[in-house]
Amino acid sequence: MALYRKTIHELHQLLKSKQVSSEEITKSVFERIDQVEDKVKAFVTQTREIALAKAKEVDDKIARGEEIGPLAGIPVVIKDNMCTRGILTTCSSKMLHNFVPPYDATVVKKLADAGAVMIGKSNLDEFAMGSSTENSRFFPTRNPWDLERVPGGSSGGSAAAVAADETVYSLGSDTGGSIRQPASFCGVVGLKPTYGLVSRYGLVAFASSLDQIGPFSKDVTDAAIIMNTIAGHDPCDSTSVNYNVPDYTKSLVNDVRGIKIGIPKEYFVEGIQPDVRELIEDAIKKFESLGAVCEEMSLPHTEYALPVYYILAPAEASSNLARYDGVGYGYRDESADDIVSMYMKTRSEGFGAEVKRRIMLGTYALSSGYYDAYYLKALKVRTLIKQDFDRAFEKYDVILTPTSPSTAFKFGEKSDNPMEMYLSDICTIAVNLAGIPGISIPCGLSQGLPVGLQLIGKPLGEETLFRVAYTYEQNTDHHKAKPSL
Amino acid sequence: MSADYEVIIGLEVHAELKTDSKIFCCSSTEFGGDPNTHVCPVCLGLPGVLPVLNKKVVEFAIKTGLALNCKIAEFSKFDRKNYYYPDLPKNYQISQYDLPIAEHGYLDITVNGEQKRIGITRVHMEEDAGKLVHEGATIASSKYSRVDYNRTGVPLVEIVSEPDIRSPEEARLYLEKLKAILQYIDVSDCKMEEGSLRCDANISVRPVGQKEFGTKTELKNMNSFRALQRALEYEVQRQIEILEEGGRVVQETRTWDENKGITLSMRSKEQAHDYRYFPDPDLVPLVIDEEWVNKIKSTLPELPDQRKARYVEQYGLPEYDAEVITASKALSDYFDRCLKYYDNPKALSNWVMGELLKHLNGANIDITECKISPENMAELLTLIDKGTISGKIAKTVFEEMFATGEKPEKIVQDKGLVQISDESAIAALVDEVIANNPQSVEDYKNGKDRALGFLVGQVMKATKGKANPEIVNKLLKERLNN
Ligand SMILES: [Zn+2]
Repeated sequence: MALYRKTIHELHQLLKSKQVSSEEITKSVFERIDQVEDKVKAFVTQTREIALAKAKEVDDKIARGEEIGPLAGIPVVIKDNMCTRGILTTCSSKMLHNFVPPYDATVVKKLADAGAVMIGKSNLDEFAMGSSTENSRFFPTRNPWDLERVPGGSSGGSAAAVAADETVYSLGSDTGGSIRQPASFCGVVGLKPTYGLVSRYGLVAFASSLDQIGPFSKDVTDAAIIMNTIAGHDPCDSTSVNYNVPDYTKSLVNDVRGIKIGIPKEYFVEGIQPDVRELIEDAIKKFESLGAVCEEMSLPHTEYALPVYYILAPAEASSNLARYDGVGYGYRDESADDIVSMYMKTRSEGFGAEVKRRIMLGTYALSSGYYDAYYLKALKVRTLIKQDFDRAFEKYDVILTPTSPSTAFKFGEKSDNPMEMYLSDICTIAVNLAGIPGISIPCGLSQGLPVGLQLIGKPLGEETLFRVAYTYEQNTDHHKAKPSL
Repeated sequence: MSADYEVIIGLEVHAELKTDSKIFCCSSTEFGGDPNTHVCPVCLGLPGVLPVLNKKVVEFAIKTGLALNCKIAEFSKFDRKNYYYPDLPKNYQISQYDLPIAEHGYLDITVNGEQKRIGITRVHMEEDAGKLVHEGATIASSKYSRVDYNRTGVPLVEIVSEPDIRSPEEARLYLEKLKAILQYIDVSDCKMEEGSLRCDANISVRPVGQKEFGTKTELKNMNSFRALQRALEYEVQRQIEILEEGGRVVQETRTWDENKGITLSMRSKEQAHDYRYFPDPDLVPLVIDEEWVNKIKSTLPELPDQRKARYVEQYGLPEYDAEVITASKALSDYFDRCLKYYDNPKALSNWVMGELLKHLNGANIDITECKISPENMAELLTLIDKGTISGKIAKTVFEEMFATGEKPEKIVQDKGLVQISDESAIAALVDEVIANNPQSVEDYKNGKDRALGFLVGQVMKATKGKANPEIVNKLLKERLNN
């Protein structure tokens, strides 16, 4: 089997036993990119020279007989909204088309310290706003399973790159489902960790109270390995939790006997594709056959999650994106002759339609006279949604839902109707509002397209999620399915 | 000022805290430095950065709140104040909106010998913005402007008073007292000329007896105590004149033009911002435990009012003297150090308030830059008390000390300024003066007391001021009265 097809844990064994070098792995991945990237278009930037130099560094280390960590020498792709020192970080926006950060995001630094080989930066919906990667200001990324379809969003580039074997793993960010939904559409594993478990320092902010960095991987074992490196307290992020991160690979136990799984009825009503429902029901049966206890239950405030999200996220975004004004860095409209028109022209030109739509929504929600009716109200409902989960986790170990009500849709199918597009995140959004972890794993194909199963855990309940997801994976073959590219 | 109107003033004072590093990052707060040398990705507001609160800033803010008799909030938070300006890297300022760190305090001022209490509404923390450097003389005539971000993220406390101030003079006294307090607790340099203490005023007038406040204006850009008082005096007159003519005061922000001595309109209420405040999601709420507050409370030094009371009680100084000396921490520290070597507080106070302040003001320097050490100051006064030099000679010696920092004894020796207290030596001179001035002797005997002064002066002149005046007086009277 080609090296680029392998997982982190497989490649690590090969490296450790000196059967292959990091250079060979890296070159194999680049060969794969050369084969398929024209079709997939997952990358905004490739960093081949830097990657090969890093691979050589790791190979030298191995040659010297030094111990290497599980990520050393393994290729990774970073979503292009995480700052990389000296390397273009665009957020797939014209606004930052020329922005080269003078610093590394904490996750990037942690990966570099672990010996990871960064091979490039992946495409996304501009400033992580969208559910299809059609909102990239550069080009859309295509779903490796069907090039006529979207890879999901906003981390579509990171998901597609893993699905197409253009990288061994990648990082994405998830504000309302932006890791789990594209993982589901692309048939890979995607984890949104507990809010604050992975440092946000260096992640270009969309909605600070919801944003979370997490991994895309080919299996659950790899996700646990990646989390071992990127999780943990960061003094540069005040919202980062002070928590003794466990060794997540110890949670990879093939056993769900006695595990209580809640199935919220609100996630199975309107708009769910029949095939998706069927595959999720198969998964539930599988869990029952493995000894888990599955039970229908209720998260009564689910219907408010979407409206609450579309007040809070744009409100924070309107403020977070105010810094892109053409003064200090990034795009500037040079035709203006005074400061106010420079601001206006720069922002009119620099941002795409979806970003502007959300800035306007957020500005409105925060403006005096509307603050109480919208922002403050939304905060209160957010608390109710959180309490739904708190109550549920008194009884259940995990909650099981579809990751998305549908499989990947076609380009243009929803992009003319923002509301319809927003609905594709309906199963993932509440998890961000509650700050809890959620993982999407492949659970089968519907008409040749992947379907994702979402498992939701209690705060810092990643260990249980890994155990339940791993058991499912060990007893099924869905994660082994590959697109034919 | 018309007696028919009452003036209502509230002050908003920004004080820069003298922490080593900025409020949300580790960059230096040092003043000066080449543009954009004290910056990092965080204070530049680059994409992806996050603020981390500097604990020292919170400590200084708590200290400020306690010194101003405020209640320290157990729970407070930071909010974003959104507005666009090129010197504001993120286009929002992190500040505290509805839950400030301290509230409900007061400070006392002395107006015409009477104590008056001014309420403190709140004390909150925030970050400073950067500075625009215009290429031309004004923003309008500049082809381009540059931005220096060295000041962005420098910690500030904003101290907001109740509208309890009733005259421009009270406003100045309030600001002077506030500055003294901040200096005593050592949280700010309070240099108005460097902008580390800044004051905005809200001012309105109303006919005496009217309950509602009049329409207020906001005054900015007053960068000295004198400017504050002058600007407010101007604004009071301006508002009264408008009302007298039957007009209406417009609610607006006005700036003080120091050169012209007038206030000018900056922007009207209609253009006012909607700041869209909301809790900053990048910073967790601030929870302050009582233990920490108590610990800070226990480190609070003697404050100006306490020290003033001590001067009156312990040293027997008049209220006025105590007020003047304690108004400056550095000056009163100097005073206290002098008293380690000298034990007549009133005599010292006379010299400090007289010669010392006169010379400091004349040279436009601060007491910390004064060359006269407390030991030497004390020694000078001891020389007077011992009769080694006269008070008059002492002023000459003081001048030399002020210029050179030399020890007074050495100056007295080098310049031969030792007082002549030897009666026999003076007696000879007295006899000579009496013999040479028969007319004055005659006048004195005819009841003209002034003639005595003339004769004393003649003796002093003959000794170049060194004769002990008491002895001269005594000998002259003895001889003339016989
Ligand atoms: Zn800084």
